[in-house]
Amino acid sequence: MNFLNSLIGGISLGSIYAIIALGYTMVYGIAKMLNFAHGDVIMVGGYVCYLAMFNLGLPAIPAILIAMAVCTVLGIVIEGLAYRPLRQASSLAVLITAIGVSYFLQNAALLIWGSNPKVFTSVINIPAKSLFDGQLVIKGESFVTVSVCIIIMIGLTLFTRYTRAGKAMRAVAEDKGAAQLMGINVNFTISLTFAIGSGLAAIAGVLYCSAYPILTPTLGSIPGIKSFIAAVLGGIGSIPGAMLGGILLGVIEILSRAYISMELSDAIVFGVLIIVLLVKPTGLLGKKIREKV
Amino acid sequence: MKKLKPTTRSNIFTYGALLIIFTVVYILNNGGVISNNISGLLIPICAYVCMSISLNLTVGILGELSLGHAGFMSVGAFSGVIAASALRNVTDNGTLQLIAAIAIGAVFAAIAGAIVGVPVLRLNGDYLAIVTLAFGEIIKNLLNNFYIGVDNSGLHFSMKDTASLNMDKGTVIVNGPMGAVGIPKVSTLIVGFILILICYAATANITNSRTGRAIKAIRDNRIAVESVGISVAKYKLMTFVTSAAMAGMAGALYALNYTTITPKKFDFNTSILILVFVVLGGIGNVRGGMIAATVLVVLPELLRAVKDYRMLMYAVVLILVMIFTNNRKARGLIIDPAKKLFGKLIPKRGKGGDANG
Repeated sequence: MNFLNSLIGGISLGSIYAIIALGYTMVYGIAKMLNFAHGDVIMVGGYVCYLAMFNLGLPAIPAILIAMAVCTVLGIVIEGLAYRPLRQASSLAVLITAIGVSYFLQNAALLIWGSNPKVFTSVINIPAKSLFDGQLVIKGESFVTVSVCIIIMIGLTLFTRYTRAGKAMRAVAEDKGAAQLMGINVNFTISLTFAIGSGLAAIAGVLYCSAYPILTPTLGSIPGIKSFIAAVLGGIGSIPGAMLGGILLGVIEILSRAYISMELSDAIVFGVLIIVLLVKPTGLLGKKIREKV
Repeated sequence: MKKLKPTTRSNIFTYGALLIIFTVVYILNNGGVISNNISGLLIPICAYVCMSISLNLTVGILGELSLGHAGFMSVGAFSGVIAASALRNVTDNGTLQLIAAIAIGAVFAAIAGAIVGVPVLRLNGDYLAIVTLAFGEIIKNLLNNFYIGVDNSGLHFSMKDTASLNMDKGTVIVNGPMGAVGIPKVSTLIVGFILILICYAATANITNSRTGRAIKAIRDNRIAVESVGISVAKYKLMTFVTSAAMAGMAGALYALNYTTITPKKFDFNTSILILVFVVLGGIGNVRGGMIAATVLVVLPELLRAVKDYRMLMYAVVLILVMIFTNNRKARGLIIDPAKKLFGKLIPKRGKGGDANG
């Protein structure tokens, strides 16, 4: 039973990683850049939701919607101001800019909201379910997180497969130049990708803060790095890959914490990533890249 | 007088400039002209300059992005600290302890570099970067669980806690997440400066040799290089290990400047900071990286006037520099006119891209 409890905890944490990883993977797929500021958008989402709930006294759902709206706008602004001027630049230059944006968001949050940690209250008030005489406990948070993750996953798959905008996204990811020749507005499509990714980051932020209810300006960096690792594990650029990688990472993390070593769980998680990449260099569900001479 | 080769001339120029800068800084520092805040930064600057040279070897000259370089610094720092602490029973000479620490730091970091390098260098591009990130985190995580102590019977090691070291009256050197404690503060500015010279000389010699040309060729076109029979794996590993060894030396120098140091100090953010030095200095331009390291370590100190806003300013400066150096339109506004203006004053050099670019 302990094993099942840990497994459920792992899937729940993994679902949050998966939602964040979706943002990384979409942006990487389309703009070929590692958006290191993504983790900090999660933090902004958490803070905005907190403020909307406790300072404006709004109920949970509108607060989450506000957080999503703010993060979506933030994503578009970041892309427009910092990344768009560097569309032709080397990927390393864009990477450093993303790091600059990440520092900027963290320090702006530090100035606006202060360094004192704020205590978040879970937005989910579904009581925990006990099964088998209380041996197996499923928290409300776990239930909601996993459902939200599945809904997002299905929605995003349908979106990229059947809508015009989604098809445009896949086309830009495949070949930017050819997509432009077919009359697709590349800049708009990239902005849209950032908007969706950041909106998802807001949801992930709220869910993460519901599970680990302490708000600090740097809260996004650790889940950010881990989700990024998850995206790579599943095969960066692939939506089901992000989901698989996220959940796998969450499960490995929680299980190794429970059964192997509390302190070494991170090392184990990263070790798994290294082994996977050595066996399958483009991740579990990644496409094989052909090298042309 | 015989005409010197351009590379030799440029090296002599760099060594001369370094020597003059060092002499001036050393005299000013001893004369008490430099404020305490900056004076405390001098040895960290030396360490970061070495880190910048070291990472430039991997990123600029080999052309592979490493996001876990602080991991090697960390290995060097902790093995150096253990060496220096263990030597305290043997000798009282601080400089001797420091030199031994730096040497041992270099050896251990090189070993770590080889362990990481063999699997990592099979990958390419962003994937390689991510695996180096993962290794950096693993090193930090492992060091967080190291407990090392020394007593009369030698070194004791445990991964549980200090009690399981089984020492009689020994001293704890590394205490898990608390890091290394009671470090002998033996780092000196002169050794730091010599270290910079060693790192620079090593890099300059590598890049201007047959090996260096092979390495740069790998960066520019791996497939072409493979097809003319140059062993990519061998040169990649060689560069990576050299780079790791330099990082180890810098780490030992850095750690022995403080009384305590935690594994957390060498996390992902530190790796990124070093990468920022390299990119701002111009990827592959070793001297640029050295200058960028110095400026960026001092910058937060200089920005003290704007107090709370200093890290925000730092971020803005970083973003603006990247945009202005990489966007053609923005470049046309500021950089090119400035180059035209100063271009007459500065003699033209050959094409950039190597250590003397």
